[in-house]
Amino acid sequence: MPYPVEQNEKFAAYAHPERLVSTEWLAAAIENGAVANGSLIAVESDEDVLLYETGHIPGAVKVDWHTDLNDDVTRDYVDGAAFAELAASKGISRDSTVVIYGDKSNWWAAYALWVFTLFGHQDVRLLDGGRDKWVAEGRELTKDRPAPVPGNYPVVERDDAPIRAFKDDVLAHLGKPLIDVRSSEEYTGQRTHMPAYPEEGALRGGHIPTAASIPWARAAAEDGTFRSREELEAIYLGEAGLAEGDDVVAYCRIGERSSHTWFALKYLLGFETVRNYDGSWTEWGNAVRVPIVKGAERGSVPVAVGA
Amino acid sequence: MTTQALPSALAAIVDDFQALSEPERLQLLLEFSEGLPELPDRLKDHPELLEQVVECQSPLFLTIETENNDAGAVRLFFKAPAEAPTTRGFAGVLHEGLDGLSAGEILSVPDDMPELLGLTRAITPLRMRGMTAMLGRIKRKVAAASRTQA
Repeated sequence: MPYPVEQNEKFAAYAHPERLVSTEWLAAAIENGAVANGSLIAVESDEDVLLYETGHIPGAVKVDWHTDLNDDVTRDYVDGAAFAELAASKGISRDSTVVIYGDKSNWWAAYALWVFTLFGHQDVRLLDGGRDKWVAEGRELTKDRPAPVPGNYPVVERDDAPIRAFKDDVLAHLGKPLIDVRSSEEYTGQRTHMPAYPEEGALRGGHIPTAASIPWARAAAEDGTFRSREELEAIYLGEAGLAEGDDVVAYCRIGERSSHTWFALKYLLGFETVRNYDGSWTEWGNAVRVPIVKGAERGSVPVAVGA
Repeated sequence: MTTQALPSALAAIVDDFQALSEPERLQLLLEFSEGLPELPDRLKDHPELLEQVVECQSPLFLTIETENNDAGAVRLFFKAPAEAPTTRGFAGVLHEGLDGLSAGEILSVPDDMPELLGLTRAITPLRMRGMTAMLGRIKRKVAAASRTQA
């Protein structure tokens, strides 16, 4: 059974207010026993694999973006059987309301939400502001690990096409809007990895031709919450030049930061067709004969790609 | 490679990790993150004396000092935020395993020693790189300091 949706003025302005919950709302739901009785499942998904263990929201279960959601052989996400097993083990059923939160302005939480969406999980929401806001507000944390009653989750075949773009999809998409959410140094080709992050071995630096550069964190305010609809429109419609009804592809380095932007475009601004290119720069920057633009200019669509 | 080639404190840590199941290894790494000593005040007030290891996913700063005596013990100092327990855990392992050893002993530690902890699958190769980079940085700094003194 879906849990009631939060109503507040900020969220009401977004295209899909039902995709967000506030820290106050989650704290009240916990107080009411919703997490303890399994009518609401809180999931923590962080970059740091041990952060959950240092203390987490009471009753929250952990899903690791890498070890739980990625296949450990093929560069791909887990299949329907593995996802069903993971979800059930966390107490999640097909009709569960899931609230995901995490570190770094929900960067990895948004990634987990995107993977849940690949499997068509209906009611999955983000905690606005994520873990950092919860901690900053001095709310309760615990090291107690919940032992959820296993959920009932069917094996659902992943449906990638609506929200996931592959390299060939991106080549076919050239000419339509692309958002590059990496840092400006990565966009210009000055470097091929995030500042202060490991070198991940892309052979070429730069960006996909015509992509607008909007680093992912611009969608978040100082406290990690999403910016207001008005502010997001100024960034994505104004600066990036997106127009209502556009078919958009977002990418970054491995598809994590762009999941955050995907969420903002799809659920907060209401773009119907937004895909995350999870191959991102670690694929594009290593692929043979794909067009690349270096420097701060967006560049133009190359003629006769691969002809 | 066997743990016999490692300094005894580090070999003992590696043995501890290897004796555990994967989830227990993560728990042990968490304990190391909690046990990482605070910086002494003289370094706390001078962040410019520490160097950042950029290969780590979260901010990690370190420096070394060589004690001015016959033994020439090398002291290690690390700084990493509490929100980065994996990085702190690696720093804790290296601190407990290497702090107070001689330059020669530290330089003899094989570069791929972090792989011996048996964490690669549980925390992913990407996150392991930070630890290898941390050890590499310590060895480079120790080698540079030994050259200066020689």
